[in-house]
Amino acid sequence: MVNLGFSIGDLYFKNPVLTASGTFGNGTEFDDFFDVSRLGGILLKGTTLENREGNPYPRMAETPSGMLNSVGLQNKGIDYFESEIYPKVKNYDTNVIVNINGSYIDDYVSLAERINSLENIPAAELNISCPNVKMGGMAFGTNPVSAREVIREVRKVYRKKLIVKLSPNVTSIIEFARIAEDEGADSVSLINTLLGMAIDVSKMKPSLATITGGLSGPAVKPVALRMVWQVANAVKIPVIGMGGIMTATDALEFMLAGASAVQVGTASFIDPQASVKILEGIENFMIQKGITDIGEIVGFINRKSV
Amino acid sequence: MGKRTEDLIIIENKHLSPEFFILELSGKDNLADFRPGQFVQVRVEGSPETFLRRPISIYDVDFVKNTFKLFFQIAGKGTSVLSKLKAGDSLNLIYPLGTSFTVPEKNEKVLLVGGGVGIAPLLFLGKCMNEKGNIPDILLGFRNSERIVEVDQFREAGKVFLTTEDGSVGEKGFVTNHSLLLQTKYDKIFCCGPESMMKSVASYCRKNSIFCEVSLENLMACGFGVCLCCVADTVRGNLCSCIDGPVFNLNDLKW
Ligand SMILES: Cc1cc2nc3c(=O)[nH]c(=O)nc-3n(C[C@H](O)[C@H](O)[C@H](O)COP(=O)(O)OP(=O)(O)OC[C@H]3O[C@@H](n4cnc5c(N)ncnc54)[C@H](O)[C@@H]3O)c2cc1C
Ligand SMILES: Cc1cc2nc3c(=O)[nH]c(=O)nc-3n(C[C@H](O)[C@H](O)[C@H](O)COP(=O)(O)O)c2cc1C
Ligand code: FES
Repeated sequence: MVNLGFSIGDLYFKNPVLTASGTFGNGTEFDDFFDVSRLGGILLKGTTLENREGNPYPRMAETPSGMLNSVGLQNKGIDYFESEIYPKVKNYDTNVIVNINGSYIDDYVSLAERINSLENIPAAELNISCPNVKMGGMAFGTNPVSAREVIREVRKVYRKKLIVKLSPNVTSIIEFARIAEDEGADSVSLINTLLGMAIDVSKMKPSLATITGGLSGPAVKPVALRMVWQVANAVKIPVIGMGGIMTATDALEFMLAGASAVQVGTASFIDPQASVKILEGIENFMIQKGITDIGEIVGFINRKSV
Repeated sequence: MGKRTEDLIIIENKHLSPEFFILELSGKDNLADFRPGQFVQVRVEGSPETFLRRPISIYDVDFVKNTFKLFFQIAGKGTSVLSKLKAGDSLNLIYPLGTSFTVPEKNEKVLLVGGGVGIAPLLFLGKCMNEKGNIPDILLGFRNSERIVEVDQFREAGKVFLTTEDGSVGEKGFVTNHSLLLQTKYDKIFCCGPESMMKSVASYCRKNSIFCEVSLENLMACGFGVCLCCVADTVRGNLCSCIDGPVFNLNDLKW
């Protein structure tokens, strides 16, 4: 038997494979495909205080080994979440985590308070890195002053595990990871999507209605991996890595670079079972290598002189 | 049975023309839950350019042989890779996805309107109607005579009328100008094709208060309701065309 578990503070995760917010719906959409409770945790679609319709169509453009999206946090708001979604997800035997968003600091704070009172939500992921909203989102996550402020205010009211999701659209992601750690975040997750764009040449116009959007998928993986490695070497809190993970080998790269856990995103669109296949692949790798504890893999390349 | 992912074996890849072809697949499990208007998400292997799956309608189902068909037009890289597959090759699919047409009852006067590759979901609908004893009128629009395909299949399901844009076969012009629509009072119209065609059928139905369902072809990333990329602007807000559609009642759309 291998030990796949890890912890963020006193919150235990039975394995290091989680799903990335916005790519896993509310989890229930995957019930037909596999037992979601097998995962270490699931991150639900980005939630805001109020109902949001998101950006106009078209919101998606395929690019080589990836895709751009400009969904813009479409969701039905926290009231709907509490009454309709929470009852369906609260009994999953895994850590169900809500991804929280807002236009103003007060929105994040009010939302964090509401999420804090939901018994079966043991952690929240603070999204200060959405590139697809006009107000808030990445504007918080790319300015060190406002990033510090929003994390500080949310930390005051949110008493469970707080994960801060970082934007790659900055000069030094280390700076933002340190701010999160300083302000009492329990973990950081990275990366959110990279700001990008595509043009439909036959129509001679931008592919997305919003012109720019967030790039995800294998195209971003080397950048994401570099950032995870940098951050893991700069902070002591657990780092959750993501960006283009399609296979167990990809996930292991992130863990060897220092990620305590990974999130599987866009891969779930192509194979709804991608996350559990990655989990099985990590387990097989450990058995083959005779590794008994996943902790031995985390940050391995940083311990050897490589 | 719910949605599922399977590797299915290709029985035949039939080339109808340089542009159109039909893949026949052998079902692994029971296909009894397939409904007309639903689609599958096809994995196209082999290129970073075809990273996402391709949505394709269920064209025809043989419940006895447990096989089904997909009707394609080459539109770009993905569909051209699919056009080269051979009998015996396997194809990875997610299915069955999306909403279906509301199959009309026996005594309703029904017209199915399809344009180009948009005829795809209508054959299965026609056959399901036949099971209920209803024989629909079927109006198919093509650009020119060279692009006319599969008409004989449709003739088995209903009474077929044709239009071509250049008048080379059937009546000349767009489907909405067809004399059929002037002569016959339909209870229900079901439509799939280019958006401009569906919109003119929609406005005809609105004007004449005819029940109408259309099948949208929005761009999709996942196909099962998790990415929210495929939204249609409806009276109930942005709805996913992969789970709340692709078949929508006209009254729901802001057309
Ligand atoms: C629910 C649904 C059912 C469909 N059923 C069928 C079917 O039965 N038979 C069939 O041939 N096609 C069908 N389509 C369209 C089909 O999905 C696209 O033609 C295909 O994805 C194009 O892939 P490609 O790699 O060949 O082209 P790409 O290289 O990706 O694109 C080539 C061109 O096709 C257009 N295109 C790409 N994706 C779509 C799309 N989803 N809808 C419309 N145009 C698109 C692009 O804008 C571009 O101009 C359906 C689409 C949807 C959403
Ligand atoms: C369609 C789509 C929607 C997303 N929505 C959210 C969201 O609501 N909140 C969030 O923090 N990240 C969101 N993301 C970003 C992902 O969680 C993840 O950070 C990113 O896609 C990189 O991982 P990947 O390459 O494995 O997909 C979204 C990504 C995609 C593709
Ligand atoms: S294609 Fe992903 S939600 Fe419809």
